Amino acid sequence: MSGAMLGLLLEAFGETLAMVAASSAVATVLGLPLGVVLVVTGPGHVLPHPALHRSLGALVNAGRSTPFIILLVAVIPFTRLVVGTSIGTAAAIVPLTVAAIPFVARLAEAALREVDPGLIEAAQAMGATPRQVVLKVLVPEALPGLVAAATITVVNLISYSAMAGAVGGGGLGDVGIRYGYQRFQPAVMAAVVIILVALVQGVQSAGDRLAHRLDRRLARARRA
Amino acid sequence: MPPLIELRDLCKVFRTGGEELRVLDGVSLSVEAGEIFGIIGRSGAGKSTLVRCINALERPTAGTVHVGGQEVSALRGRALREARHGIGMIFQHFNLLASRTVAANVALPLELAGKSRAEVAAAVRPLLELVGLSGKRDRYPAELSGGEKQRVGIARALATRPAVLLCDEATSALDPETTRSILGLLRDVNRRLGITIVLITHELAVIQEICARVAVLDHGAVVEQGSVFDVFTAPASEVTRALLREELEPSLPAELAARLRAGGAPGTPVVRVTFTGPAAETPVLAEAVRRHGVLFNIAQAHIDHLQERAHGFAVLEVLGEERAVADALAFVRASGFRVEVLGHVRSDARVVA
Repeated sequence: MSGAMLGLLLEAFGETLAMVAASSAVATVLGLPLGVVLVVTGPGHVLPHPALHRSLGALVNAGRSTPFIILLVAVIPFTRLVVGTSIGTAAAIVPLTVAAIPFVARLAEAALREVDPGLIEAAQAMGATPRQVVLKVLVPEALPGLVAAATITVVNLISYSAMAGAVGGGGLGDVGIRYGYQRFQPAVMAAVVIILVALVQGVQSAGDRLAHRLDRRLARARRA
Repeated sequence: MPPLIELRDLCKVFRTGGEELRVLDGVSLSVEAGEIFGIIGRSGAGKSTLVRCINALERPTAGTVHVGGQEVSALRGRALREARHGIGMIFQHFNLLASRTVAANVALPLELAGKSRAEVAAAVRPLLELVGLSGKRDRYPAELSGGEKQRVGIARALATRPAVLLCDEATSALDPETTRSILGLLRDVNRRLGITIVLITHELAVIQEICARVAVLDHGAVVEQGSVFDVFTAPASEVTRALLREELEPSLPAELAARLRAGGAPGTPVVRVTFTGPAAETPVLAEAVRRHGVLFNIAQAHIDHLQERAHGFAVLEVLGEERAVADALAFVRASGFRVEVLGHVRSDARVVA
């Protein structure tokens, strides 16, 4: 493989990292609160609100069921509004984020629902406000699950980012398609796949380690 | 002085689908400041709902709850949260936060009440000493035994210095020995801090161990209430008698039960004598034998001491002339014991006198 090709791969790797990092960060910041709202407005929870709960649920489902490749072009007017252009790496971050928000929300909701309702009841018996229930009980207790959810989100965004080439977003997937597939360079395709596999492996095992370290639900040997 | 906790005509109806479930049906109770009050009933009797009405985790459909003169059942928002700082609660499954250490769990209600870091630290230390867990302050709940978890629960419930401690089946997940030690701690807390305890349980032994007064709940209604001694020695309701039969008295020996089923009247009567009151300390049965010339064949017996007074029962075959037997039983009754005739068995070679 030529030096130029290595440079191209390196650049694409940087674009992929930028897209995944930015969209993961924004999607978590917006999706996590959405997940919290989905949980607490549910029946019998600290702030039950059936109408809000149902409409948010429907919105999230709509976002989740739209194929990413369609979402990518469907949000172009919005992308232009946010980043001023509909082409390039920055422009790809917008649809990636839009796709990931409902994904994060559902995963966060599932993790938060795992928290024993007895703990919420105990906090309420202590005079906790709904806000305190969320910040002092729900989120800290669900933290290992939330970290696992974030890990899945990042892995999914790595996969989605491969389609960013469709809007000139660049990235590894784009290089794989343009050089590996369209120009018949199987070595490039192989390199792209190997890098992506290694990246996903790295993210997954780092996430698993962190989630495990945060998990206090199981007794473990203490350091002397 | 008015009672510390007063429940008036409490009703709670749950609606699920089209069905109505009446869980509480006109419960009225009062709990005096400083006492340990027990509520006993089978599962499904409405105990959990009842105790949750006291801190408004459940809203009664009708009726009122007063705690310390304040109508808790009418409070909302901030006022309710402040009232809850004055009512601690412990749970069957402890409900500790797995993500927090022992000390941080005890600190939680203080953080929720907006105390400063220094105030929290100063309050947590003596609480951990009180429950005997100073050495485990940095452990996580997963590293503790059930009894230790409940001790953390108690320390946490006491953190905001409440006047009332609600115990929701607090010992039901613990073995008998741990149960005794937790009940000992609760008694200690009651005596030393003067905290009023309301305890719900399905275990008779728990009530007998630490409660002064008890209410028996069945199908959402109080079927009887009074001092533990009175209720358990002279039960007025069938529910209480059934609870006593099941838990205090072991069931009849199989051999005797079989002979009773076979019947044999007129034959030898089999009676259950329940010893209560001051007469339990006197040799009434021996006196009956002396006066009326009958013999008692003891099939089963159990004597207990309830709050330092003897209490128990004996299942006896009463052997002798029909007339003498009747007189002897009348004498035992007149001495203040309860005598129930369980049935008759065929007289056989057991009569040796």
